[in-house]
Amino acid sequence: MNQFQYVRPAETSGAIKSIALDTNAHFLAGGTNLIDLMKMGIIAPERLVDINNLPLKTIENIPGHLRIGTLVTNTQVAENQFIKENFPLLSMAINAGASPQLRNMATTGGNLLQRTRCPYFFDTTMPCNKRVPGSGCGALEGYNRMHAIFGASDKCIAVNPSDMNVALTALNALVHVSGPKAARTIPFADFHRLPGDHPELDTTLQKGELITSVDIPTVPFTKNVYYLKVRDRSSYAFALVSAAVALNIENNTIQDVRLAMGGVAHKPWRLIATETFLKGKTVSEETFKQAAQIAMEGAKAYEHNKFKLKLAPNALLQALKTASGLKA
Amino acid sequence: MPPDSDGVPNKTRRDFLKKSSFLTAAAFVPVTVVNAAVNQWDEKLASVFEKTSLHLEVNGLALNLSVEPRTTLLDLLREQLNLTGTKKGCDRGQCGACTVHADGMRINSCLSLAVTNEGKKITTIEGLSKGQELHPMQEAFIKHDGFQCGYCTPGQIMSAVALIKEGHAGSEMEIREYMSGNICRCGAYPNIVNAIQEVKTGGLS
Ligand code: FES
Ligand code: FES
Repeated sequence: MNQFQYVRPAETSGAIKSIALDTNAHFLAGGTNLIDLMKMGIIAPERLVDINNLPLKTIENIPGHLRIGTLVTNTQVAENQFIKENFPLLSMAINAGASPQLRNMATTGGNLLQRTRCPYFFDTTMPCNKRVPGSGCGALEGYNRMHAIFGASDKCIAVNPSDMNVALTALNALVHVSGPKAARTIPFADFHRLPGDHPELDTTLQKGELITSVDIPTVPFTKNVYYLKVRDRSSYAFALVSAAVALNIENNTIQDVRLAMGGVAHKPWRLIATETFLKGKTVSEETFKQAAQIAMEGAKAYEHNKFKLKLAPNALLQALKTASGLKA
Repeated sequence: MPPDSDGVPNKTRRDFLKKSSFLTAAAFVPVTVVNAAVNQWDEKLASVFEKTSLHLEVNGLALNLSVEPRTTLLDLLREQLNLTGTKKGCDRGQCGACTVHADGMRINSCLSLAVTNEGKKITTIEGLSKGQELHPMQEAFIKHDGFQCGYCTPGQIMSAVALIKEGHAGSEMEIREYMSGNICRCGAYPNIVNAIQEVKTGGLS
């Protein structure tokens, strides 16, 4: 790992000031992604601004919202009693990701900002437009089993690895950021971006901006929710595909529904058209099967990930059945 | 300002840096260092030329240390403090061999910069036993043959002790899920689960 300068400001304004001072500075929170990238020589910051002393560590219940400070750890969110009762989908998704040790270290803001990546991103002997813009994409013609089936470009077909992000997109979360300019709020669906011509950019965060909190609007999805993650081993592995399902069912009718998938795109993949189809329908296996087909419209596989075209709708169907209580 | 362990007060070095950087900067000082010196930050700051002070309690012992910011907690424990019980497997957060407790929470020490643990209480495998008396989890691993080569074992034991405190040792399934951050190349998993279950049910406490 290269040498770097280390600063640990106590105030958010100080952190934002110190990051603005040079172009190659990074915020450091849990470090579970950043330190790994530094060790692998993928990035070499000249300065780390350690934000762990900033007062952004609380979970607050404000009218209409739950506010999670950026430094609240993944474990603290997943184990929070109020969250378990009122936003169980979020707890489920977080617990499906990483390992207990990593969840103890990783923060809310850091999870949002972990790099969208694939093995070619880490392999400095291979081209990767995300690591070195313009160098090409090694995965496009390479081994692309883990890669995207939605929203990819010929510049990048990597997927966002976060499970928490899949739940947050389904829950319509809001991301609050502070920066050198005015503070602003970014709807979760607009926070991560598709690769397009600029796969080096994972998010719409501007230079020098710091996530301060994530808000989740109070939602009625407390009972019929499920996060299904399909992976190569039963724990501690990235998703091949995952499905987040939140249903509000009354008298066997779907009053409201939120759906998102992971492991399929450069960003957490919200399924708006499928939600529209399901709204007002009666719970039945046939309806869910149709929904799963609608969800796959526009999917495109590469040489080694064709199996995802079957696995993704099956996973969504299974998650819908489990969430709604239909027998498998 | 507390002196570094080599007896040179930080302030002196920083003053030296501020004064001297203009002369030597062009030759070998990164631009950030010069900026920092010019701006005379009073924030905690360290650079190529400065180690930073670090206060840790390791296995009950209060320590005043001096580390490079890029030193991981794992390397600090093993290389500087000679606590080699904590193992380096992958050095990338993928195997759990480096698991220690920071303020009672299990973490991967390979992905934690030592400096970010300022003020924390660190417990390593060396800190579990009371003198000659092993921790019940250590006893249980021996009794159930919870290892073969032993390389993953310190991490497994630190993880297992935390797991029981976290309340996630309810069933075999739950134990397996919440121990998934600790890989055992020798495949001692069934015996590790048995050891944890015995401690959980009070067999060896
Ligand atoms: S050495 Fe830290 S997880 Fe492998
Ligand atoms: S005992 Fe050999 S790796 Fe676990």
